[in-house]
Amino acid sequence: MIDIRGLSVFYGKEKALDDINLSIEKYSTCAVIGPSGCGKTTLLYVLAGLVTPGSGKVIIDGTEQKGVRQGTAIVFQDYGLLPWKTVWNNVALGLQVRKYSKDFIKQRTHHILGVLGLEHLKDKYPSQLSGGQKQRVAIGRALAMQPDLLLMDEPSSALDAITREHIQDLVLEIYKSFPMTMVLVTHNIEEAVFLGKKIVVMGKACIKHVLDNPYFGDMSLRRKEEFYRACIEVRKWLDGGEER
Amino acid sequence: MNYIKRIQSSRTLYGVLMVVLLWYALHFTVRSAFIPSPHETFVNFVRIFPRTLLLHLLASLGRITAAVAFSVVAGVSAGLLIGMNRKIDRLVSPVIYILYPIPKVAFVPLFMILFGLGNLSKVIMIMSIILFQIIVTSRDAVKELTKELFYSAKSLGMNRPQLYRHLVIPAVLPKIITAVRISVGTSIAVLFYGENFATTYGIGYFITNSWSMVNYTEMFSGILGMSLLGYILFKVIDLIENHLCGWVKA
Ligand SMILES: Nc1ncnc2c1ncn2[C@@H]1O[C@H](COP(=O)(O)OP(=O)(O)O)[C@@H](O)[C@H]1O
Ligand SMILES: [Mg+2]
Repeated sequence: MIDIRGLSVFYGKEKALDDINLSIEKYSTCAVIGPSGCGKTTLLYVLAGLVTPGSGKVIIDGTEQKGVRQGTAIVFQDYGLLPWKTVWNNVALGLQVRKYSKDFIKQRTHHILGVLGLEHLKDKYPSQLSGGQKQRVAIGRALAMQPDLLLMDEPSSALDAITREHIQDLVLEIYKSFPMTMVLVTHNIEEAVFLGKKIVVMGKACIKHVLDNPYFGDMSLRRKEEFYRACIEVRKWLDGGEER
Repeated sequence: MNYIKRIQSSRTLYGVLMVVLLWYALHFTVRSAFIPSPHETFVNFVRIFPRTLLLHLLASLGRITAAVAFSVVAGVSAGLLIGMNRKIDRLVSPVIYILYPIPKVAFVPLFMILFGLGNLSKVIMIMSIILFQIIVTSRDAVKELTKELFYSAKSLGMNRPQLYRHLVIPAVLPKIITAVRISVGTSIAVLFYGENFATTYGIGYFITNSWSMVNYTEMFSGILGMSLLGYILFKVIDLIENHLCGWVKA
């Protein structure tokens, strides 16, 4: 589905991404993990068509990425909700922008709010919501557009431990019930192991290692020993990587 | 005790009472016709309001409304354009900074020569002062928008008009309303000056005229009318704000 070839991105003279090569299969998930400032958000923005690469290219579903793509939805790290729109209007926004019929927007927004358990909050503004609720609205906004590629930037890093696991469970459930490819970036090892079928370990501006995660998809994975073994494996690559 | 609490709970009533008290205090200490008593003024106000004051107030209200409305439309459009385009910003902002602090009232004679003695020159005089506040406010409001919000809007596939409609305009609206509030205050003060030239209508004219005819009671009725006009305008702006920017207080 996604082919990243020789991708480099510069901010002025600083290299944010240096010759990245990566491919991600259709209908699978990929978790990109790396320390803060290594270029994860930049990578996600390139996939979303928000940042233009300095060199190299991204091919999605056979066509080279140029600008924002219809089927791609992104959940931003700071949720990206518009403060002046209610929960309902934030979720409906993408559909309104794409000029769907009023009836369709109403029905679809209603459905999404139901799936995410947000109906009772539909008239609230983002400033009136908790972090977990905001994240669910942001996910709802993305899902409403029926994406075939869902990008997520640190979906749970701003949340407390319990809410974090709820959101991670929600993301996995969503992946299982909607047919789509999912790419998420995180600096949280457990999140990467729980949500990534493929786990990409990044160092500064580069990829250190790519792991396959055979345990992916198990909703009760956190209660199993393999989970922690996989976490330790990822941690080793994160900490050193080069020595191996 | 209950009374005091009731009065304090209505902030408007409390404000009015305090002003009236101060006014009485001044009236009794100065003891001169310069400062008529509040009740005297009020009786006079009610008497001259329907046939005299109302017309003067409407004339001023018309000038203020026209000036503020034109300034908002022109100023916000210019401000958004400057805020969204770095090149235009670099070309235009230095000029605005030079023009902004020039005391425009000094040009009143010039405005009268250029735009006639009628309403147009008065409206343009007010505009020449408040337009800059509105341009600079809306420009800065746009610049404060984070890159993340722009990305968020763009990721939904918004085109340029949609970006303005869903992101830029709602984001700058609360700040523009604040600028309008300040502009209305400025307009009233500026108009008072402007209405002393070449007109026989307008509350500014009425007050100065009463003064030169040594009719202090009427002069104070005029001031009372002008204050009421300002108060009503501010309340209208509050209503608009509550209607359009409910999210700010939510
Ligand atoms: N808009 C920008 N302008 C300049 N430098 C940037 C910008 N965005 C990110 N960077 C820099 O690029 C590097 C990668 O940033 P980012 O992709 O946000 O990393 P991460 O998401 O992994 O924390 C960092 O060193 C950051 O300071
Ligand atoms: Mg980041």
